[in-house]
Amino acid sequence: MNESKRRFLRRSVGVLASGLAAGGVRSAGAVEPPEIPPSMKIPGAGMGEYGSPAKYESKVTRTLIRSQPGTTGSGASRTPLESLEGTITPSGLHFERHHSGVPDIDPAQHRLLVHGMVKRPLVFGVDALLRYPMVSRIHFLECSGNSQLLYQPTPPNVTAGQTHGLVSCSEWTGVPLRVLLEEAGVDRSARWILAEGADAAAMSRSIPMAKAMDDAILALFQNGERLRPENGYPVRLFLPGWEGNMSVKWLRRLKVVSAPVMTKDETSRYTDLQGDGKSLMFTYPMEVKSVITRPSHGMTLPGPGLHQISGIAWSGNGTIKKVDVSTDGGRTWAAAPLVAPVLPRALTRFRLPWRWDGAAAVLKSRATDDTGAVQPERDRFVAEHGNNAIFHFNGIQAWSVAAGGEVKHVYA
Amino acid sequence: MSTRDLAALALALVVGGCAGAGVTAGTTEGPNLGREATPAQVAGWDISVGPDGAGLPPGKGTPSAGALVYEQKCQACHGARGAGQPNDRLVGGQGTLASKAPVKTIGSYWPYATTVFDYVRRAMPYMQPQTLSNDEVYALTAYLLNLNGIIGDSDEMSAQTLPKVTMPNQSNFIVVYPPRAK
Repeated sequence: MNESKRRFLRRSVGVLASGLAAGGVRSAGAVEPPEIPPSMKIPGAGMGEYGSPAKYESKVTRTLIRSQPGTTGSGASRTPLESLEGTITPSGLHFERHHSGVPDIDPAQHRLLVHGMVKRPLVFGVDALLRYPMVSRIHFLECSGNSQLLYQPTPPNVTAGQTHGLVSCSEWTGVPLRVLLEEAGVDRSARWILAEGADAAAMSRSIPMAKAMDDAILALFQNGERLRPENGYPVRLFLPGWEGNMSVKWLRRLKVVSAPVMTKDETSRYTDLQGDGKSLMFTYPMEVKSVITRPSHGMTLPGPGLHQISGIAWSGNGTIKKVDVSTDGGRTWAAAPLVAPVLPRALTRFRLPWRWDGAAAVLKSRATDDTGAVQPERDRFVAEHGNNAIFHFNGIQAWSVAAGGEVKHVYA
Repeated sequence: MSTRDLAALALALVVGGCAGAGVTAGTTEGPNLGREATPAQVAGWDISVGPDGAGLPPGKGTPSAGALVYEQKCQACHGARGAGQPNDRLVGGQGTLASKAPVKTIGSYWPYATTVFDYVRRAMPYMQPQTLSNDEVYALTAYLLNLNGIIGDSDEMSAQTLPKVTMPNQSNFIVVYPPRAK
């Protein structure tokens, strides 16, 4: 351990031992003690059928909402990671990626067909699916195009949510896919399943049988309530840890087959073009990654003193083992405490107190998962994969803190 | 059912035994509520086409027939002769994939010709998906393959001929699943 890392650790431990410093800035017009606040002088509003966030939080929204020209539903929206804490994403802020809009599906009209290499092709209504044994699992879902702005040669200078907000985390509840496959009676020589959505893109992907029989879920509930329309209502496939588009929404068909169908979205779209012109195909798990959400681009630290560094880490291959944080651009690192629960294939929160001395700093986080995989530095990742891969970027994100407290995205 | 019955049921589930009250062991057995699908039901929904041509319907089309359909139903989004703008370019780009500005089109990138048929039939035109006849889809597929220099001007595409088309970039895909043992 070198001297600066020792200093970093000593400071961190000292901060942990001394607890959080009191303080804060008085805002103009605030009702300071001993004055009684107006909210205590008249009764408040009544109950509501479905709650909404506080009106003062109306700026916390999904962002960077873009579609293909001439369409409104063939694009994405991003979770505002920099405004959130903990690990569960509110359902209304879960990122979206649609290929032909959000369909309006009446669950009474919806059917799921299981066919192909099975003993008995079967049709299920949603009411029937709701009677099956269910599991509940907390998992992240990440679009494979998340963080793709970091492939760009220059920093995109947008918020943490705008670079990394194609990841969200929910509690998903539904029927293990294996149960329906066993009911249909899968042929022993079947190796793949074509999954298809009931949207206007009839979005389709080939799923390996091993994953389908392992931990795949037919999800009906998200964070306790039925799926949101934009997340696949009334039923979606959910494949823990794998690139988001394979978790086909609005699931209407599962065809058991012997080989991949080679759909558009597993050949021309979600494949990874490397610098040498070759392309990687079937890159399913989302690799180990992390990002500091606070402080992050667009924020300004109000002054030197104690600040809390907070961020998220995740891996589609397992459980987060360690997150290292650097405040000097990666010369020295300190392990950040992970916040329980630390679950496999779920967002994991890390937080670390930082006593900022007011000098320019560069913040980085580096995640390691329980397979031993370590999040690479951006320059190393780009050297290996080129600038054109679009998908599966998992390099380290750096934020610079200027002497004035302004936080910006940098490549460092 | 009395509370005692419920307790017995839960216990049976836990130990995996049978309480003799219609309870099944384990947690992964379903209530078998699937209704058997008829061949007609399956046929009506099964629109996927594999690289070996499995699932291709009857019908046929030539590049010249496809050009007429394209001009009417595709050109507004994909430009004249697949040149792109305002949406995806469909033609050209061969030789650019290793460059700093790769152009990914059907001709330069797509590994299987059957995928063109599958995708156009299921999802195009964007505003009217699943409205094209099988002949129209074959013709459009033939037109786009022809514009990319992959088939000849009078080559007819059908369930017999389309799976035999080899795409120029097919050999440049490296399949990484399942992962090789380290």
